[in-house]
Amino acid sequence: MKENIEVDIRVPNQTRYLSLIGKIGEDMARTLRRFKGDREELAYHLNLVLTEAMANAILHANEDDPEREIHITISILDEQLSIKVFDQGQGFDICSLPSPDFKSLDEHGRGVYIIRSLMDRVTYRKMDGGHVLEMVKSLR
Amino acid sequence: MIVKIEEKGAAILIEVKEERLDAHNSGDLKTQMLNLFEEGKNNLVVDLQEVRFVDSSGLGALVSGFKNASARNGNLKLCGLQPQVKSMFELTRLHRVFEIFPGSQEALASF
Repeated sequence: MKENIEVDIRVPNQTRYLSLIGKIGEDMARTLRRFKGDREELAYHLNLVLTEAMANAILHANEDDPEREIHITISILDEQLSIKVFDQGQGFDICSLPSPDFKSLDEHGRGVYIIRSLMDRVTYRKMDGGHVLEMVKSLR
Repeated sequence: MIVKIEEKGAAILIEVKEERLDAHNSGDLKTQMLNLFEEGKNNLVVDLQEVRFVDSSGLGALVSGFKNASARNGNLKLCGLQPQVKSMFELTRLHRVFEIFPGSQEALASF
């Protein structure tokens, strides 16, 4: 039996929607009957990477402009999870950022590290009208 | 953001009454802490008992509070971390920075 799910969501470019999208990710993880790992941990991690990626897109790529839009797709196909976050901005390439220096106690810079730690592959590329951040994780 | 702020002898107890501490509300927590520092209140305990989810902005707000408290010869200590929240501190090595207590009584008694 296949367990393929795809959701496609568009919300205004505002941080008050972080919780909504994070919870959708959590609930998706909880439906995966065939996933053999810790479903509650996966749920938390999906909430987290969605929140981090969206916050970067809203505040940096889309420059906190409430008139813009964030487009997110979450798909689970053949035990591969893929999350895409589309922005409408000039770009904020998280892949080019260095790993944080844990000793410096900087206030910022942990979000990208968290995404990279929890996902298998992260790419950021230009497309028509903006950019897309793709985060992939194998659920096998 | 809903927080409850109370003077408890040598320190101020800040109870975060939110399920999430994220990029949407962490700025409010930072502002609340800055207000306390301006009043000369430099010893803080942040109780995260009700917080189920924290992101990098939430962690950043707490780091900001910690640095401000330390710069004023005070301290910012944490208590009530739920397991998933605690795992975030471990992932980002911040559990080595903050003093973390099980409950607010222990945290307040340490000042």
